[in-house]
Amino acid sequence: MKPVAFEYCCPDTLAEALALLEEFGVEASVLAGGMSLGAMLNMRLVRPAAVLDIKRVRGLDTVSINGEVRTGATLRQAAALGDPVLMQAVPLLARALPHVGHFQTRNRGTLGGSVAHADPSSEIPLALVTLGGSVELQSMRGTRRVAAREFFLDVLTTARAPDELLAALIWPRQRQAAGCAFAEIAQRHGDFAIVACAAEAVLTNEGSLAHLGFGLGGVESRPIVIDTTPFLGNRADARLAAEISAAAARQANPTSDFKATAEYRRALIDALGAQVLVEAFENAGKTLT
Amino acid sequence: MMRLKPGSRHRVTIEVNGKLRSGTAEPRTLLTDFLRHELKLYGTHVGCEHGVCGACTVMVDGRAVRSCMQFAVECDGAAVSTVEGLAHGGTLNALQRAFNRHHALQCGFCTAGILMSATHFLAGNPNPSEHEVKDMLSGHICRCTGYYPIVAAIVDAARELRDGDPLHKEPT
Repeated sequence: MKPVAFEYCCPDTLAEALALLEEFGVEASVLAGGMSLGAMLNMRLVRPAAVLDIKRVRGLDTVSINGEVRTGATLRQAAALGDPVLMQAVPLLARALPHVGHFQTRNRGTLGGSVAHADPSSEIPLALVTLGGSVELQSMRGTRRVAAREFFLDVLTTARAPDELLAALIWPRQRQAAGCAFAEIAQRHGDFAIVACAAEAVLTNEGSLAHLGFGLGGVESRPIVIDTTPFLGNRADARLAAEISAAAARQANPTSDFKATAEYRRALIDALGAQVLVEAFENAGKTLT
Repeated sequence: MMRLKPGSRHRVTIEVNGKLRSGTAEPRTLLTDFLRHELKLYGTHVGCEHGVCGACTVMVDGRAVRSCMQFAVECDGAAVSTVEGLAHGGTLNALQRAFNRHHALQCGFCTAGILMSATHFLAGNPNPSEHEVKDMLSGHICRCTGYYPIVAAIVDAARELRDGDPLHKEPT
């Protein structure tokens, strides 16, 4: 199918973009890479009065790395993957990005667009939630930050107000002595994940678990994080990984759809989750020696 | 700031396979449809229109992208490479010849997109493993040829290009 007729607006500055969002509100769709929006438009799942193309907004595709890492909304996935400094600062993102769509869509798709689109099986939102990152929203009313864990509300639904632009993603820098891992099961590489697991673990010098972020995608209507505090202080080994993934499988409330039943997803969380946790523990262990 | 009204038509000029071409497009006109219906370049195929099948893949400013998920007006001023630009003077380039040799196309619907992806891919990775080729091909759906001859053709083309193929020039 083809999109509905819409007004095409191509702001050059952030101020122009925000004024357009104020003008059109819910009638606007923001276009960055278009790898999700393009499909939604073609299928007429969205019928906006205006498409606001933010690709030419100056300064929106920049990366800054200080105490935290800030990636601008229009930074392309391929550009992020090709930035060794960024990938070293946020290694979980480096592990998640190769699973995002395909080479051909990563060439155009953006980090910010994937987060704003909020597909429940998307890898970039999952990585952001797992690491405890946040999103920066700008409007003519001002700028605010929303924790990623509060930003995703439901399928394709976020806390962004209609007049707000997702301007940047804020990633915590890799913790000292942390290890990451990411894996997913999909019908074929690049397809929507049936279950995706992401983990960032920190171990003490003695090899016990000091911190663990453990997130799941494709399971519920938004990326979720598992409460791992009951497991902290234990020896980080395969047994603990299995205990945590089993607990995650019990805690999660997976959806059933044409690709997989809830029971299958639960089994995947248990099996794949344990593998990802073991890998994260091992990667964290390597930083100790 | 550019603002184009719904339903209005606008002149779009792009450099296609090294030549400036122009036509008119509504804001909602997809790049695929602009190439086919305005510029009469029917080599680029339209498949799923949601970025999954890869049939419409072209190169925009040197990068393989889906032409069904971007608008012609977004591409004004861009350099676009399509399958029509691969052969030089009626002679197939190394990649096309490898597809011929390996029987890597049957109905040919997916072929144009795969050739454009492979062109970008090989430019950045002249010595790919079979696994890397398969990973790149995961962005394409072929429903009749089967992937094995396609993988073999791309690996073989890479070898020929490394050995130096006088007929091959990167599309501009």
